[in-house]
Amino acid sequence: MSGNILEMQDITKNFPGVKVLQEVNLTVKEGEIHAICGENGAGKSTLMKVLSGVYPHGTYEGNILFRGEEVAFGSIKDSEAKGIVIIHQELALIPDLSVAENIFLGNEVSRRGLIDWNQANHRARELMARVGLSELPVTPVGQLGVGKQQLIEIAKALSKDVSLLILDEPTAALNDQDSEHLLGLLRGLRDEGITCIIISHKLGEIVEIADTTTVIRDGYVVEAIDMHGPDATQDRIIRDMVGRELDQRYPPRESHIGEEVFRVEDWCVSHPTQPRVLVDHASFDVRAGEVVGIAGLMGAGRTELAMSVFGRSYGRDISGRVYLHGREIDTRTVKACIDQGISYVSEDRKHYGLNLIQDIKTNISAAGLDKVSRHSFVNANEEIAVAERFRQAMNIRTPSVMQTVGNLSGGNQQKVVLSKWLHTAPEVLILDEPTRGIDVGAKYEIYTIINQLAAEGKAVVVISSELPELLGICDRIFTLAYGRITGQLPVAEATQERLMELMTIEKTSTDAPAVADKETPND
Amino acid sequence: MTDPFAPAAPAEAGAVAASRSGGFFDDIANLFTRNLRTSGIYLAFVAIVILFTILTGGTLINSQNLTNLVLQFSYVLILALGMLIVIIGGHIDLSVGSVVALSGAVSAVLVIRHGMPWWVGVLAALAVGLLVGLWQGFWVAYVGIPAFIVTLAGMLLFRGLTFLVLNNISLSPFPSAYNEIASGFFFDLTGLVGGRDVFTLLIGVLAVLGFAWASWRGRSGRIRYQQPVEHMGLFIIKLLAVAAVVLAFAWQLASARGLPYVMVILAVLILVYQVVTTKSVFGRHVYAIGGNLTAAQLSGVKVKKVNFWIFVNMGVLASVAGIVFSSRSRGAQPAAGNMFELDAIAACFIGGASTSGGVGRISGAMIGGMVMAVLSNGMQLMGLEVSIQQIVRGLVLLLAVAFDIYNKRRAGAIR
Repeated sequence: MSGNILEMQDITKNFPGVKVLQEVNLTVKEGEIHAICGENGAGKSTLMKVLSGVYPHGTYEGNILFRGEEVAFGSIKDSEAKGIVIIHQELALIPDLSVAENIFLGNEVSRRGLIDWNQANHRARELMARVGLSELPVTPVGQLGVGKQQLIEIAKALSKDVSLLILDEPTAALNDQDSEHLLGLLRGLRDEGITCIIISHKLGEIVEIADTTTVIRDGYVVEAIDMHGPDATQDRIIRDMVGRELDQRYPPRESHIGEEVFRVEDWCVSHPTQPRVLVDHASFDVRAGEVVGIAGLMGAGRTELAMSVFGRSYGRDISGRVYLHGREIDTRTVKACIDQGISYVSEDRKHYGLNLIQDIKTNISAAGLDKVSRHSFVNANEEIAVAERFRQAMNIRTPSVMQTVGNLSGGNQQKVVLSKWLHTAPEVLILDEPTRGIDVGAKYEIYTIINQLAAEGKAVVVISSELPELLGICDRIFTLAYGRITGQLPVAEATQERLMELMTIEKTSTDAPAVADKETPND
Repeated sequence: MTDPFAPAAPAEAGAVAASRSGGFFDDIANLFTRNLRTSGIYLAFVAIVILFTILTGGTLINSQNLTNLVLQFSYVLILALGMLIVIIGGHIDLSVGSVVALSGAVSAVLVIRHGMPWWVGVLAALAVGLLVGLWQGFWVAYVGIPAFIVTLAGMLLFRGLTFLVLNNISLSPFPSAYNEIASGFFFDLTGLVGGRDVFTLLIGVLAVLGFAWASWRGRSGRIRYQQPVEHMGLFIIKLLAVAAVVLAFAWQLASARGLPYVMVILAVLILVYQVVTTKSVFGRHVYAIGGNLTAAQLSGVKVKKVNFWIFVNMGVLASVAGIVFSSRSRGAQPAAGNMFELDAIAACFIGGASTSGGVGRISGAMIGGMVMAVLSNGMQLMGLEVSIQQIVRGLVLLLAVAFDIYNKRRAGAIR
């Protein structure tokens, strides 16, 4: 490690009325992995946008020194020319184009305006090998999983002779295996001399991989922690991020579990276009006041299971039975589900949960519109009153419910989605990755809301890829592997290792999934 | 909620309180900065009216021409009402011009060729619109073919049917009862005073009172729910401004031929669709589908059903426009309604609708339609050649939308 590759000095960036960054200093050493932590809205992304030229020179105060010389980027092109490449959380790949086409998009391998496909595919294969991909370069990107798509983004960055790679939440959408692979790759890049800046909410990951961590809170740098030092712990980062000691990651709760409310039996779903069974005779149940977790790796069929149950919103050849209070019910349409008190909060709030161009109140009332309307006409005042009530109860941080949802931070957007579903007054709530991509503080608030719902006697199902989260908030956890329920554990008996074991049971010809102590009455 | 993080935000609470107790001058400042920034199209409209009033030496706003303006362009406004809903839902309808022709043609065949009474023609035309709507709604909603394709096919299909129904020749004239629809007036129902029609003035007064009552009800509803309301002074000034414009317009009409039937039809339709888009559950569902289809689906919106009715509605409105147009032109021509779809689409986009759906307002589409109408009418009065007229209209469409986008972007950046 030689000197500093990057020094950002006294960066101040204002939006009218708001100081987003205040005299931020960031020093990144050559060849290190530098993590940036902070709650949503703390200013991390803004800082990276200043660095990469999205906010051009002149729109902020302060200096940026790259390899010791002052730089003034007018656009992303300028920063890329210096070898600074940013990979955003939302991947910028085109699903219908091939891997090679995506890698060289905007930077085509061409001679006299014509693309040399042999050369392009050949170079793509070399780059793919560097990130550990063995697919053909002509494979359409859409056919690959999120994990591999993330790697292609990195390959694309490598094609631009990157010297400073910035990754925004690279593992947010990845399962543990893919995350592990990605982190390994970053270590490899570091050894090749490529400096990385990584923004992540997954603190375990940061402790594992980062050499230095800079924590930002409310536009200030709190401190830069040397991660090889003695007290570089998750707790210290969390303390810096939230500004106080976080004694518990999960709010305490007492379970008062009642009768069975909701049961799904023998549920089968096939892929909508391919002849592939995604959910295979899955059964699960949830009781009043209970929080049940569904643990599974990416591709295990978690979301497919939930979405097909909820109004047959996914897949084909769906079969199975759904019971509410012991009575079989019709779940063929979303409306029927909502009317019977079943809600599904999807994992992808931007695409499946919210109308981003509309305001908060319209989004909150969207699923329970009949509750604020009479004779098919909406009572606008009642609607605002409802939204206002949720704004306060859920602590949605916004000056007004007329605010456009697209302008809110991830945590606040998630609270709007939750409000929308709570407004339908559900008995059964299925929450799919309820805390994905939101910060520690907001996560705690979401957990608190989940506890409160259970305390009110609602039946809650939480689907999550973060095992500590499930262990922290559930009463009982089902494991899903290759579309089959492979086990069921009361939380007292569950450990990450035990769950992981059940989550990786491969399909065998012999039937009978391993069920650990069925129907263990809790407490 | 006992929340250890409880970021009690006193600053935000304070900001809300402040916005609620806005003074008179704050409200006025607000009106002129934020409102005008987001609705620059109104400014553009006023500018165009003033420009053509000057260019035509005042002819544009004389009473005779205002009447003409309404009669001549009412069909565009009627089409724009339906088109706006189609566009908000994230679709497009290219077939409306052909539907205007077909419904007029069917009506003409029954009334002119077979001597049926005028109302049979009207009902038949409406039935044609309904059938067209059912047909296109079926393909868009239940088969899932993009509306662009379905209505492009419809444009050819219904034009072809028009030729077939009319045997490639024009039919005219309609009996005078049918022509009355587009050229009739409420005149001398309650007598004249000083050469002005009292009934027209009465309707003008009623409209103002109705508007005042609705505004007052809205305001007191907001107060009951403890919502912020604008300052009483500004509220009154706004009412007075609307009253002045409406009464001046009624005064002008009253001194010409009275209140055109078409205008009454148009006013009722605008009111109905204003309510549908802003207050009805159906309207909400249309916005939801256009804004985020999957999210709407997962919120229990019956997307297919809503899409189906969007097109049924459009079909029926196109036939209403067809009736008005055929009545005004006193007959049916095979080429009637050519390019009407583009006028209607232009009106919506000039009025601020989004090409990707989910955004748009009735008031905007109506102003957009008026911009096109005043432009065409003004240039006709000036005696400009058709070639020049087309060029100017094309440029205005482009510039109006560019201006709108520029304003929104600026408003967005400031937020």
